[in-house]
Amino acid sequence: MERMIFDLAKTPLRALNQFLHHDAKTGSIEKVVVLNPDGAHNIAVGLDCPVEVEVRGHAGYYAGGMNKTGSVIIHGSAGTGVAENMMSGKVHVKGFASNGAGASAHGGLLVIDGDAGLRCGISLKGGDIVVGGSVGSFSAFMAQAGRMVICGDAGDALGDSLYEAVLYVRGKIKSLGADTRIEPMSEADLAAVADLLAQAGIEHAPNEFKRIASRRELYHWNADANQEY
Amino acid sequence: METKSEQFKHISREESAGYDRKTLDYIRNAAAHGLYEIRGLGAKRKLPNFDDLVFLGASLSRYPLEGYREKCVTKTLLGTRFAKKPIELEIPITIAGMSFGSLSAHVKESLGRAASELGTSTTTGDGGMTQEERRSSKTLVYQCLPSRYGFNPDDVRRADAIEVVIGQGAKPGGGGMLLGQKVSPRVAKMRTLPEGIDQRSACRHPDWTGPDDLAIKIQELREMTDWEKPIYVKVGATRTFHDVKLAVHSGADVIVVDGMQGGTAATQTCFIEHIGIPTLAAVRQAVDALEDLNMKGTVQLIVSGGIRTGADVAKALAMGADAVAIGQGMLVALGCNSESYIQNGQHLSAEADYAALGTAPGFCHHCHTGKCPVGITTQDAILEQRLQPEIGAKRLRNYLKTLNMELTTIARACGKQNVHHLEREDLVALTIEAAAMARLPLAGTDWVPGMAGY
Ligand SMILES: Cc1cc2nc3c(=O)[nH]c(=O)nc-3n(C[C@H](O)[C@H](O)[C@H](O)COP(=O)(O)O)c2cc1C
Ligand code: SF4
Repeated sequence: MERMIFDLAKTPLRALNQFLHHDAKTGSIEKVVVLNPDGAHNIAVGLDCPVEVEVRGHAGYYAGGMNKTGSVIIHGSAGTGVAENMMSGKVHVKGFASNGAGASAHGGLLVIDGDAGLRCGISLKGGDIVVGGSVGSFSAFMAQAGRMVICGDAGDALGDSLYEAVLYVRGKIKSLGADTRIEPMSEADLAAVADLLAQAGIEHAPNEFKRIASRRELYHWNADANQEY
Repeated sequence: METKSEQFKHISREESAGYDRKTLDYIRNAAAHGLYEIRGLGAKRKLPNFDDLVFLGASLSRYPLEGYREKCVTKTLLGTRFAKKPIELEIPITIAGMSFGSLSAHVKESLGRAASELGTSTTTGDGGMTQEERRSSKTLVYQCLPSRYGFNPDDVRRADAIEVVIGQGAKPGGGGMLLGQKVSPRVAKMRTLPEGIDQRSACRHPDWTGPDDLAIKIQELREMTDWEKPIYVKVGATRTFHDVKLAVHSGADVIVVDGMQGGTAATQTCFIEHIGIPTLAAVRQAVDALEDLNMKGTVQLIVSGGIRTGADVAKALAMGADAVAIGQGMLVALGCNSESYIQNGQHLSAEADYAALGTAPGFCHHCHTGKCPVGITTQDAILEQRLQPEIGAKRLRNYLKTLNMELTTIARACGKQNVHHLEREDLVALTIEAAAMARLPLAGTDWVPGMAGY
């Protein structure tokens, strides 16, 4: 098994991504190290094999976007849309993440050690997200499925128009969005939080978390429809 | 003796223009239900459109081509700007994005088969790619919509081009909707939604806002596909001149402009009729924008919204489009609004089913209900049997062929060996409105409203 180094100060991004899409799939590459990312956008997008990508520095937009089975670790912060539409695998941001982290992710695990910006987990479709710090406003907007564990606080309108995704928050929630409510933590919830925290390598007591889920009152268009007054 | 009955009785029948029957009906309906009307298809009001233009044809000053002997090329290339593998089509008439969910799987398959036979492309829609359409379509454009329902990188890799949808002509600024009756187990699973809910989709993309972000999003899709596949950007027609410029700056290979007549499967009527500009006005603005940036021929333009006939196609091309996309016309070819459907080789009446929806053949716009009387816009296991893929594909093929024959007929009459050589100089307008919107002279004059100071 080989280890490859791509220095983005010398090699174009396109070469890195093409390598990851083709050569890495042969199975002989264990790890790809990316040096001098310098905030470049679209690092390691569209991974389609269990390769490990280590980014030594800050990444721009969409790092690890659409990941399937790959593993990306960013030793720095990530820009907008990190791990957007991930299907499986793992993306780990050691620093902070900007807006729309994990947007529309269908699967896999996104771990953000620091804080995440606005709309973290927006349109989530089955992925899991663990945020060590706090998340900005409108997080989990219209989230359809999957789980979010927020170890810090949440901003305004958390979980607005939530579908079946479940959110766990340890800190303060500035405000809940439409059609969302706080529910009691069941044994299954405690176990889920414990498991996700363990996967993320973050230590907290699961019973410190609150569960937020949909009221399911917006599932049908105006309940009064078709009623004559 | 005079009786009361013999007295002259005056019954006033003066209809109000402001409160006509349609408006009275609208207000009563609103008062009864407390909910706006949601419906399918496109704007029903009269709008300046391609019918308001005519071709000048050849005569002494230009000579025509012989109808049957002289070749008239229809080949169309899309995505030549950045993509390593541009889309090559036999005809400039494509099938617009219509979701599985709004349409049955049979319809998706019919569209794919017909498009493949004629050498053109078909497009997925809100809700992801089905096996049926991928299997049956030689060239398939994969939409990336705000909702991202069913968006899957494997499908990105399987697609021939990617279309980032910013908006639709029927509802610029609005997200999709699919009412509960159509959220069947399969649709629900594809979209990761609970079965039977009234689905409302986002109107903004979850991971980008504004043209600077869009540029990075497009780059992501390019990196993801190793710069092979063309990236289209679809906008509903509103501030088309600016939107097209921004889309070009964002790095689009192809821009799809959808005018306000464009169809939909379910949208609020107030959206359909009152937001957006007519296709005719939008094409001109889009072409102006491309010319302004010196991008005509580099970035291709697809126009949609109310394209019905070969003449419409020819006029759109002459105005500067590279291709057109059709939605509603395809549905009509499949039997939308027809009195009957075909099952086991027999024509069976669908009138009772239209009546049950409170409508009649010719007036139906009830796609949102999922109870399409002819089995097109439905997820119902029984209704969808009313449209079989073989019959559907045949009708669509005939329709596409007819459009293409009309297109080449017109092009030859204008003396063109290639339909893409049709030009604005071949057109004049029949109404002042159309002349102003299309910036063409009124027929028989050299007056272009708004030009030369008056
Ligand atoms: C039944 C139906 C479903 C549609 N679904 C979508 C969709 O999922 N995504 C999209 O971008 N446009 C959708 N459209 C709009 C078409 O892509 C296209 O813009 C429009 O139909 C073109 O105008 P025309 O219907 O007058 O030909 C839909 C249209 C119809 C009629
Ligand atoms: S016939 Fe079917 S496709 Fe046509 S308008 Fe009615 S419901 Fe829609």
